[in-house]
Amino acid sequence: MPTNVIMPQLGESVVEGTVSKWLKEEGDSVTEFEPLLEVNTDKVDTEVPAPASGVVLKLLVPAGTTVKAGALIAVIGQPGEAPDAAPTSAASGNGHHTPAPTQTAKRDLGFISPVVAKLADEYKVDLHQIKGTGTGGRITKKDVLAYVEREKEREKAPAKAEVPAWEQVGDGDLFRPTELQFAKPAPPEPVVEAQPVRAPAPPRPGSPLPGEDFIPVEGMRKLIAEHMVRSKHTSPHVTTVFEADMSRVMAHLDKNKDQFARDGVTLTLTAYFISAMVAALKAVPIVNSQWAEDKIILKREINIGMAVALDEGLIVPVIKHADEKSLLGLAREINDLAKRARAKALRPDEITGGTFTLTNHGVSGSLLATPIINQPQTGILGAGLVQKRVVVTSDDAIAIRPMVYLTLTFDHRILDGAVADRFMAKVKATLENWG
Amino acid sequence: MPEMTLIEAVRQGLDEELARDERVFITGEDVGKRGGVFRATLGLFDKYGPNRIIDSPLAELSIIGIGIGAALYGMRPVCEIQFADFIHPAFNQIVNEAAKMYYRSDGTWLVPLTIRAPYGGGIGGGLYHSQSVEAFFTHVPGLKVVIPSNPYDAKGLLKSAVRDPNPVLFFEPKKGYRLIKGEVPEGDYTVPIGPARVSREGHDLTVFAYGMMHYYALKAAETVAAEGIDVEVVDLRTLLPVDRAAITASVRKTGKALIVYEDNLTMGYGAEVAAVLADEAFPYLDAPVKRLAAPDVPAVPFSHALQDWFMPNADKIITAIRELAAF
Repeated sequence: MPTNVIMPQLGESVVEGTVSKWLKEEGDSVTEFEPLLEVNTDKVDTEVPAPASGVVLKLLVPAGTTVKAGALIAVIGQPGEAPDAAPTSAASGNGHHTPAPTQTAKRDLGFISPVVAKLADEYKVDLHQIKGTGTGGRITKKDVLAYVEREKEREKAPAKAEVPAWEQVGDGDLFRPTELQFAKPAPPEPVVEAQPVRAPAPPRPGSPLPGEDFIPVEGMRKLIAEHMVRSKHTSPHVTTVFEADMSRVMAHLDKNKDQFARDGVTLTLTAYFISAMVAALKAVPIVNSQWAEDKIILKREINIGMAVALDEGLIVPVIKHADEKSLLGLAREINDLAKRARAKALRPDEITGGTFTLTNHGVSGSLLATPIINQPQTGILGAGLVQKRVVVTSDDAIAIRPMVYLTLTFDHRILDGAVADRFMAKVKATLENWG
Repeated sequence: MPEMTLIEAVRQGLDEELARDERVFITGEDVGKRGGVFRATLGLFDKYGPNRIIDSPLAELSIIGIGIGAALYGMRPVCEIQFADFIHPAFNQIVNEAAKMYYRSDGTWLVPLTIRAPYGGGIGGGLYHSQSVEAFFTHVPGLKVVIPSNPYDAKGLLKSAVRDPNPVLFFEPKKGYRLIKGEVPEGDYTVPIGPARVSREGHDLTVFAYGMMHYYALKAAETVAAEGIDVEVVDLRTLLPVDRAAITASVRKTGKALIVYEDNLTMGYGAEVAAVLADEAFPYLDAPVKRLAAPDVPAVPFSHALQDWFMPNADKIITAIRELAAF
């Protein structure tokens, strides 16, 4: 009997792989566990062994093609044997054109269990519309029921997003107002709409011109674009820049990081920045607030959002009650939230309720940035790279000090420059006098 | 309600039935002064005397034969087979006589006999002290086969067995005798022979188990709950008659079934459960019906390492659940 070769799933979240090279050709004999092909994915490159001994009867996917994990890519059998009757899933190709298996309209549905067949019949569902989450992409009972449920919801509330916000954690982004993400109704449009300075360029139809490629704007990219524009249109942004001498912080960090490590915590500069922000928010409480047209809402809780870069974007987990936490407590929570943010394992309540945000853009080498406010908060603090610079000290000496640029972008409806600078002076003083 | 071990619940059930009905008596190896090797009858000899707690010769055929005879004459014997492994000499009496008496006498002679026997492995008992023998008897019409998984059911089902007009085999998970504890009401109550029990509600898949394996199945279900796998656990507890309705109802809901038993896989009790599902729940299945059981080797090995390899346990159940949930 022929044995199917399928694209393996090379890791938890890896859903597709590219056949980079076939190591055997059709007609070649192969022994079980002998390398058959090379595969690369966004996470790993590896050789895939033959699942059985025999002859390569058919290679269904040309090298260079990307297919989903679980897709049939080759058939191994005995000499003269006909390859499996209907290996249609991965490639309908005769080798002359590149198949696009991830987009085929009528894919092979794989194994359909009795209950899935029954439910499809009961609810009159076209199974091709459903994405399978079972073994090898099989459509499970849960998949069908979830689909039916979603369709029902869609009929009830056609305007509502198909996937609930809390299932889009991976697509969350810094500039998406948490209220929009989690509160149900969209805020009413302002009565008098601000005139855009310039009409946005209309979508350009047609195909790319020579020398161009089109990247479709969808998912997270679209959300980021929308909320960047919304934040800029909502708040008059002003950015103020301070510079802080980090000598004492760096000394404290060096002295304590081993001690923290013994407690299982990696101490990073983020903990110091957040600690300094908390001190400053306490000293200048108006910064911890929100604009509400006829009033300013002062927030008593200090919940600090921290931007965490993901491979595909950004997410802002929130450290709740940051003012009640020690440096160790902050560092531990920063470790935990950042780790789970990257693993996409945050809970919905962990990315909401922020009252102020830190973006530690220094980790990617940036010296100075003017971040955009994470609506509906009043301000966002950007911390740059800590870098040794030559400075003139208060006693006119020239010294080498670890310095950092700190920027505060604030909503000028709520804060004026002097108040914002008082906040920043407190951040700077806290860092410079650490210990 | 007092908490007690499974063996204490068995003892209390026996004690109360002896006190309730003068026709009830116990016979078996070492059940008298010694109180049984597992102490199931401890203290009963002193309380009820040598006419009602009777030490038997080392002859299982005789123990059951005496029980059948006494039952035919209106007594309510409770025969103890010291280990289920020793029941085989009595197979002829149980299958040819006890099970068929009512049928061949055209409903005129009843055999209200209870046979208690500790069963199961994982206690370092090796070949002759570890066997699971339920499948031999669940094949025989005319018998009832009961296996409790907890103290409450042990007492309640044992009382039902003693009062049942038919021969009942009552197999007790000996590894759980002192390991499994639970609340048991004082005084008289019964648990009916027949219905299975949903011991944990869930939606993703059903684990069917009984006796010691039910204990592990619940533990496994708790563990995988943390991973988001919502497992329903059904305690089969009466193996014969088969509670087809309960078996089918659960899988109609969950669509997936895993049957766990510590007997050898092939022709074990899980085969019947799988057959019931194939027959009556086919349109509701979302995955192949899976069995997790001991391998088909002749006996539970004595070596601890090999015993571990042989016995299903919570970890093995967790692995099987994860695979089935992912299907």
